[in-house]
Amino acid sequence: MGNPIKIIKNGIINENPTFVQVIGMCPTLAVTSSAINGLGMGLSTASVLICSNIFVSLIRKFIPDEVRIPSFIVVIATFVTIVQFLLQAYLPELNASLGLYIPLIVVNCIILGRAEAFASKNSPVDSFFDGIGMGLGFTIALTVIGLVREFIGSGTLFSVAVLPEAFPKTLLFVMAPGAFFTLGCLMALLNHFRNKKKSA
Amino acid sequence: MNLILLVLAGIFVNNYVLSQFLGICPFLGVSKKVETSAGMGVAVIFVITLACAASWLVYNFILVPLKIEYLYNIAFILVIAALVQFVEMFLKKSSPSLYQALGVYLPLITTNCAVLGVAVVNMQKGYNFIEAVLNGVGGAVGFALAIVLFAGIRERIQYNNIPKAFEGFPIALVSAGIMSIAFLGFQGLIKI
Repeated sequence: MGNPIKIIKNGIINENPTFVQVIGMCPTLAVTSSAINGLGMGLSTASVLICSNIFVSLIRKFIPDEVRIPSFIVVIATFVTIVQFLLQAYLPELNASLGLYIPLIVVNCIILGRAEAFASKNSPVDSFFDGIGMGLGFTIALTVIGLVREFIGSGTLFSVAVLPEAFPKTLLFVMAPGAFFTLGCLMALLNHFRNKKKSA
Repeated sequence: MNLILLVLAGIFVNNYVLSQFLGICPFLGVSKKVETSAGMGVAVIFVITLACAASWLVYNFILVPLKIEYLYNIAFILVIAALVQFVEMFLKKSSPSLYQALGVYLPLITTNCAVLGVAVVNMQKGYNFIEAVLNGVGGAVGFALAIVLFAGIRERIQYNNIPKAFEGFPIALVSAGIMSIAFLGFQGLIKI
């Protein structure tokens, strides 16, 4: 039985899926044109991750090794379908703006990666906390990228105008190239701090 | 005429990597050398074309008659995983040289979201069989084009002096951003 706080912290900081492991890039770049989209995508992915982690961990002893990857994928696809229905019913606007990327949570490497690397080897309780940690790490990263892009691209934060109307907006940042630039620069910034820490 | 436009749009205007962000993981992961990225590109073209055909057939002849369209996500991912496995076995027996060339990249393609993405787009837009396959071909060629070009750029970057903080992924992402601006230039070229 691991320490829950340690497992959660590991997911958010030490092994942050976006900034440290650099996996799950497709949704990270695609839906972060605004902070609210980033947050929505992060939370949807996190809920699928938590459910699939628990479930995979519960069935880990019954599944033959040879067919484990297809079984994990079916488990994940099931939870993604459930989340998609819930979004359609209760948050139709968010569902429309995330669109194609909701079904694509299935092929998000973070979820299959955690099922394979953590949940298939650990108890359901530990896997639950791992899901929370990784899910939060992903959500935070997406929200931060969304905030930066929304601020530079449309001058708003969570759809609330912060920059005066006359301030020039860099539309490029809400479009595709801005996603690459924002993530590249954020990662460079983190590298910079890490290098500084090492040399100090 | 429209079909040609559909393919061209898939390659340039709606480039799956640079404007829709599908298949970013292999795009960043296997683009360090032009040769390997070309191998990946060919493997992806091969699998996406087959996957588009297979998923279209499964959707229209199994899911729709049984009224279980909502299971498309599970069905498609299984079709793709089975297809990749099947292609791998088939190539191993029938064409060992091609298998050798594609070998490493084939299993990786199952988790390439471009494959599932194109299948879902085909379904959502209600394309007929030929349109679905051609949309897949266009998207896949666009992916191959982007990854080979990107690998060329990354090979050059290695010889340059870049700030320490930007080494590795950050500089790759920034170059991808500049490429993406270049592809934005194709927008408005074709309207569908």
